[in-house]
Amino acid sequence: MRLSEIEDHLRKFRVGIAGAGGLGSNCAAALARIGVGTMVIADFDRVEQSNLSRQYYFSGQTGMMKTEALKENLVTIKPEIQILTFQVKLDRENIPLVFAGCDVIVEAFDKSDMKEMIIESVQKELPGVPLIIGSGLAGWGRNELLKFRKIDETLYVCGDEVTEASDDLPTMAPRVGIVANMQANAVVEILLRISLKAM
Amino acid sequence: MKIILNDREEEFEREAMSVSEMLDLKKFSFRMRIVKVNGKLISRDDYGSSVINDGDKVQMIYLMSGG
Repeated sequence: MRLSEIEDHLRKFRVGIAGAGGLGSNCAAALARIGVGTMVIADFDRVEQSNLSRQYYFSGQTGMMKTEALKENLVTIKPEIQILTFQVKLDRENIPLVFAGCDVIVEAFDKSDMKEMIIESVQKELPGVPLIIGSGLAGWGRNELLKFRKIDETLYVCGDEVTEASDDLPTMAPRVGIVANMQANAVVEILLRISLKAM
Repeated sequence: MKIILNDREEEFEREAMSVSEMLDLKKFSFRMRIVKVNGKLISRDDYGSSVINDGDKVQMIYLMSGG
């Protein structure tokens, strides 16, 4: 399939990005570049200097809401993209509302209890919507451990599933970027499958 | 009983077990995880009451911080 045809397919879809940190911002950038039509981005944080070590922001954007800074960057990449932003801390109540109508959702939280929360919320309240989670991406090296696992039609995992982020094992641009792009890669695969099946 | 645990066949010396018992028997002690039995997500509160039977498909994902 030619790139222009792929873009024609992807333009029709809406992808949810739950969290705009290392996973979410880098995943969204990849999805903007390959032509996903609409993205729904939710985050409650502001861009800090320390985020620039791994997140898709620039030094002039410190202090901005991440949702607004990311929207600015995605529109700079792709002016025709549609971006909906929600400046909220996602929870069980608002997740079904924020991501209603999304064809795929990308889990991009930092904390594992939030990962558990969104899996339970999406499986219960948005049944059938595929959710792609990131689990195990801190530190550096160990490329051989990073993997992709399809649990079923509604749940996919990217990462090594063993590494926990900590002060001595920080999240770093190369490895979180790989996993963010694995998530984006899974989004493309799922969306193209949906689109081709509908033809 | 035999179950499929994360796509691998595993045998247990009993006829049925709860999700809690399976986690104990396998010594899966890391707490941040999700468990699906035959595609159904089992919430943490239901680990004791949810039964795994012979032939069931069980999937577990460890949830690691970082992102």
